[in-house]
Amino acid sequence: MQALVVVAHGSHLNPDSSTPTYRHADTVRETGVFDEVATAFWKEEPSFREVLRTLESETVYVVPLFISEGYFTEQVIPRELRLESFDVEQWDSDGTSASSTTLEASDVDKTIHYCGPAGTHDAMTDVIVRRAESVTDNGDVGDGFGLAVVGHGTERNENSAKAIRYHADRIRDSGRFDEVRDLYMDEEPEVDDVSDHFETDDVVVVPLFVADGYHTQEDIPEDMGLTDDYRTGWETPAEVDSTRIWYAGAVGTEPLMADVLLERARDAGADVGSAVEQVRRDTRAGAD
Amino acid sequence: MTTPAVARLSSAVREEPVACDGLHAEYDEDSYRLAIPEAGVERETLTESEFETLAADHERYVQNWAYWNEDRADADEAFLRWLEAADETAIPDRYESLRAGTARSWGELRIEVRLVDGKRRYEIRHTDDAGRTDLDRHDEPLDARSLVTEDDDGRYRPLKTAPSLPHGWVFPDLTGRACVETVEYVYPATVANWYLERQGELDVDHWEATIGRQSGIYGVVQTWNRGDSYEHVNWVAEACCADSQCVKRREWEYDDETELDVPGGDGAFPCREPCSLVIAAARKWTRLEGEQEQRYEFTLTPSEKEQVEEIIDAVADGRAAEIREADTADPANRYRARYLRAKRFDEDDNLSGTPTETSE
Ligand code: SF4
Repeated sequence: MQALVVVAHGSHLNPDSSTPTYRHADTVRETGVFDEVATAFWKEEPSFREVLRTLESETVYVVPLFISEGYFTEQVIPRELRLESFDVEQWDSDGTSASSTTLEASDVDKTIHYCGPAGTHDAMTDVIVRRAESVTDNGDVGDGFGLAVVGHGTERNENSAKAIRYHADRIRDSGRFDEVRDLYMDEEPEVDDVSDHFETDDVVVVPLFVADGYHTQEDIPEDMGLTDDYRTGWETPAEVDSTRIWYAGAVGTEPLMADVLLERARDAGADVGSAVEQVRRDTRAGAD
Repeated sequence: MTTPAVARLSSAVREEPVACDGLHAEYDEDSYRLAIPEAGVERETLTESEFETLAADHERYVQNWAYWNEDRADADEAFLRWLEAADETAIPDRYESLRAGTARSWGELRIEVRLVDGKRRYEIRHTDDAGRTDLDRHDEPLDARSLVTEDDDGRYRPLKTAPSLPHGWVFPDLTGRACVETVEYVYPATVANWYLERQGELDVDHWEATIGRQSGIYGVVQTWNRGDSYEHVNWVAEACCADSQCVKRREWEYDDETELDVPGGDGAFPCREPCSLVIAAARKWTRLEGEQEQRYEFTLTPSEKEQVEEIIDAVADGRAAEIREADTADPANRYRARYLRAKRFDEDDNLSGTPTETSE
C-alpha cells in the first residue's frame, strides 16, 4: 500500500489557511492512485508528529505544501516527523532543486519518501500560468499581457526569492507573456509600483503563496493600490496608473496545485498511473 | 441451509484453525471440529455437511467471526471491538445489545453500533444530540471535516478536541471502516494513540522534551526554565488541558520523573505531548512571565473587588457571552462592567487612576 501525506502550515486563527491543502488532497484522493491520502499541519491536527501512525500503508510519500525550501522543509518537518537520519545534504539542492530522499521515521515501521516542497517543482510554473488563465478567464492569455510573480522577499528566507525567480525565468523563457517580472513585498523590485515595471496595458499579478490570508487578501491589494481598504474589495481587472491589474490571489488555491503534489510523489517513485494527465485535464476551468 | 458466512467459515478453516469470541473450528484430514463451549457445543470428526449444519445452528457466532475476519488495521479493529465491548461480553448478550443498539462516547461523540439485517452499522452524532430526530443526515465520512471546523456560533475551532463540537448532524448508517474514518476527521489520530496506549506502547513526550525540541520563534519557551518553571507548567496545563477545555486526557507531565499537580482529566483517549496551541500560548506566557512583579494600589469597594474576580471567572469559563443583558445581579453583566469602567477608569483607561508604569 502507498500513502500520500500533504504537510502544510495551517493556522490557529484563520480557517481558510488549510482549505487549499484539503482541496488538493481531496483531488488526489479522488484519482484513487493512493491507498490513503492524508493531510497534516504544523498548527492544526493531525500534527506532523502524529500523522504517520494513522496510516496503514508501508510506503509513504510526504509532500510539503510550502512555497520554498527553508526552515520548515529542512528543520521543522523532518524533526517533527521523526525522520532522524535526515540531512539537508541528501537533497543536494541549490535552493530550488530538492526532489526527494528516502528515510525511516523512528515511531513507525514504514518507508518515508520525503519530497521537496511543492512550490519549487517545475510543474508549479504551469500552475502560475493556469492561475493567470483562471483570473483572466482566458485559456490563451499571454499576448499583450505582462505577468508578475510576487513573493515575500528574502527577509526571512533567501530561498523564497529564489523560488519566485526560478518560475518567473521559466515563464519568461517560454515566451508566452510579453513581459514577466518577479516582484516582492519587502524588497526591490517592489510590488507597490507594479505598473512601473511593465510596458503592457494588462498585467496579471500572481502571488506565490499557498493560501489566501493576510498577505494576499489585505497587504498586497492595498500596497498595489487595487483598493484603499481591503474590506471593500477590488475590481478584477482594476485600473491602477492606467494599467489594468488582474490580481489572482494565492496561487496555491488553483486546483491544478493537486498535480504538483502528484508529480512530486511520482518523481519520488510513487505509482500514480495516469492521474497526472487526469488531474491536469479535470482541473481546467470549465472542465466537467 | 448453508449461508455465505458458513460457507466462508468452512473454507477458511481448511486453511487454518479459527478462534473468535468463543467459536473454535479446526480441520484435519477430511474431518472438522467445532467447539462453542458457552453454547455447549463440542464436536469432532464432522463431515463438511455436518460441520456446516452445526455451524448454521449457531449462526451468530459464525457471522460474528465473519465480521471480525474482514481485513482492517489493528487499531481500527481494536476500536470497533471496544465500541461493542467485544472483549467483555459473550456473543448471546452482545448480540442482544447489538440488536437494540449499544453506544459509547468518544470525546463529545456518541457512537452507536447496531445490527441491521445481521450486519453491523454505526451511527455517529454529538452526545448532546442523543434522541434528536431533526438532525442533518450525512453519509460521507469526509463531510465531518467541514462540519467540525466551526462551533455552533460559527467560530473557528483551532483545537479539534476542544469541547465545542457543533450540534445538529448525524451519520446514521456507516460501515465499520467509514465509522473509524469519520471519527478520525473529527478527532485526528485519537484512535491510533488510544490503541498504542492499550498496547502499552504510547510514546509520551513530556513538557521538558517537547519544549527542548522547539526552534525558531518557539525556542524562546526553552528559556522558561527558571526555578519556578514547574509551577508555570502546572498553570499551563490547568489553563489549557482541563476537561472543560480539551477532551483529551493529558498524559504528558513535566518530565519523566516529575508529575504535574493538576489531574490529566477523564478523556477516553490520551494526549501524548503538548499540542501546538499550548506551545504557542506558552510562548506568550514566557514573555509575560519575564516581567517583574510590582505592587499597585487600587481603591475598590468590596463588591467591586469581587466583581473584578467574577469578570475574570466569566471570561475564563467562557460564560461571558451567556450572561443576560438585563441580569444586573450577575457581577460580570455587561452593564455592570460598563458602570465599573465609567466609575473606576481614568481617561487613560487606568484602573482607579493607577498608572501601569510606576517608575516616574
Ligand atoms: S496539550 Fe492539552 S490542550 Fe493540547 S491537546 Fe493535549 S490535553 Fe488538549
